[in-house]
Amino acid sequence: MMIPACRLADLPRGEAYRLDMDPPVSVFHTDDGEVFAIDDTCTHQDASLADGWLEGCEVECPLHASKFDLRTGAVDAPPAKLPVRTHEVLVEDGMIYVRVSTDAPNLPPCIASRLAAGPA
Amino acid sequence: MKAVAVVGASLAGLSAARSLRKQGYDGRLVVIGDETHRPYDRPPLSKEFLAGTLGEADLALEADDEDLRAEWLLGTRADGLDRTRRAVRLADGREVRADGIVIATGAAARTLPGSEGLAGVHALRTLDDARALRDELALGGRLVVIGGGFIGAEVASTAYALGLDVTVVEVAPTPLAGPLGETMGGIVSALHTDHGVRLLCGVGVKGLSGGTRVDAVLLEDGRSIPADIVVVGVGARPCVEWLEDSGVELDNGVKCGADGRTSLAGVVAVGDCANWYDPRLGAHRRVEHWTGARERPDAAVATLLAGGALEPGVPRPPYFWSDQYGVKIQFAGHAGVSDSVTVEEGAVGDRNVLAVYRRAGEPVAVLGMNQPRLFVRWRKQLAVPGSR
Repeated sequence: MMIPACRLADLPRGEAYRLDMDPPVSVFHTDDGEVFAIDDTCTHQDASLADGWLEGCEVECPLHASKFDLRTGAVDAPPAKLPVRTHEVLVEDGMIYVRVSTDAPNLPPCIASRLAAGPA
Repeated sequence: MKAVAVVGASLAGLSAARSLRKQGYDGRLVVIGDETHRPYDRPPLSKEFLAGTLGEADLALEADDEDLRAEWLLGTRADGLDRTRRAVRLADGREVRADGIVIATGAAARTLPGSEGLAGVHALRTLDDARALRDELALGGRLVVIGGGFIGAEVASTAYALGLDVTVVEVAPTPLAGPLGETMGGIVSALHTDHGVRLLCGVGVKGLSGGTRVDAVLLEDGRSIPADIVVVGVGARPCVEWLEDSGVELDNGVKCGADGRTSLAGVVAVGDCANWYDPRLGAHRRVEHWTGARERPDAAVATLLAGGALEPGVPRPPYFWSDQYGVKIQFAGHAGVSDSVTVEEGAVGDRNVLAVYRRAGEPVAVLGMNQPRLFVRWRKQLAVPGSR
């Protein structure tokens, strides 16, 4: 399913836009002008990667020191150990669309247990 | 370089071993650790592990399929460094010869004189410490935390959430004034009283009372605070005794350059035991933060592999975090050099604050309480080369 995220013109380079889904997905516009979408939640603890430190094609979790590769979702070092999902991005008529991956997400233990418990 | 010994198997030691392989080192790699455990993560010990929401398997720092091609000598302590034979002597009589040595022996919790052998008294530094404390907290009761620093505050916060009756005793007039300054130290430590945790400041501890088990903490002003469990969180000292007479210069830990080099060629130091030169401060500073233990080994290993021929880069300003009473606390930079601190965003009363420390108008440090997004922006700005 393709989900419209936001207008490319509304997302400056070096910024991120969080899609309020469950689990949330974020779109990153790098300083080089590329656009990527990954799961927004750090796999270590509940933190929004859209709030993180974006540098090149990597985003560092805003709380701790793990960096995720926007291209592959891979994480470089602890405390996170699992990658985030990456999602396909399409830019059409100035609009950014995201095709959300059908893989199972890697969510941190606190969120995973909340989701397993079902809607509140 | 054919053999490297990493002395210390916690985050700094593991990060050094990883950096060695990542930077192309292909020789023999020996990692020596005095605990029997594989490298594990310490921050959760005072929080999620103590609360029982994370288990031991969750603390592992190595990935399941990770293979550093290292020889692990665990459960054995380094006892000495022989500079002429280039060997690390172990307490069990073995020795490891290596032409490159990474010192990562960390720091040990300071203890309270006279508390040895008294049941119910805990320090919190290692996994074994945390297991013992977790088991006791599960029984509930009255907890007295001696020391209102970050470890003490996190234990108090966790124990409060577990339903214990908690008192924090701090000898300084304001907890956390050292790392955060008086103003913000007061604001952050007010989290205790917000939640009905008693905070007694400006009073020292005279001793503990009890027979085989602690029953009270005795204060210097004559008060006696009843206690079923006591946690002593009064800081840590660098574990460098084993390096005396080794030729490695010691001064509040291992004295290092801005790239981790020590006074001995082929020997670098990382983590809590290392007193690194900070070019932003123009002074040495021993930083006991997770982030330093994670990041600085990259530079130290580069120095080691280059034979000291590299120009050291300027490291990012020190960064640490804490979680207390559901509030995410983040700090970067050096509060001690600032001449002002202003709240830029949020409200002190809501414990939702972004505060910036300045010296002569230039930002030198930033504190966030539940402000991760803004905090990252300020932290990035602090790290700009040329800024202090």
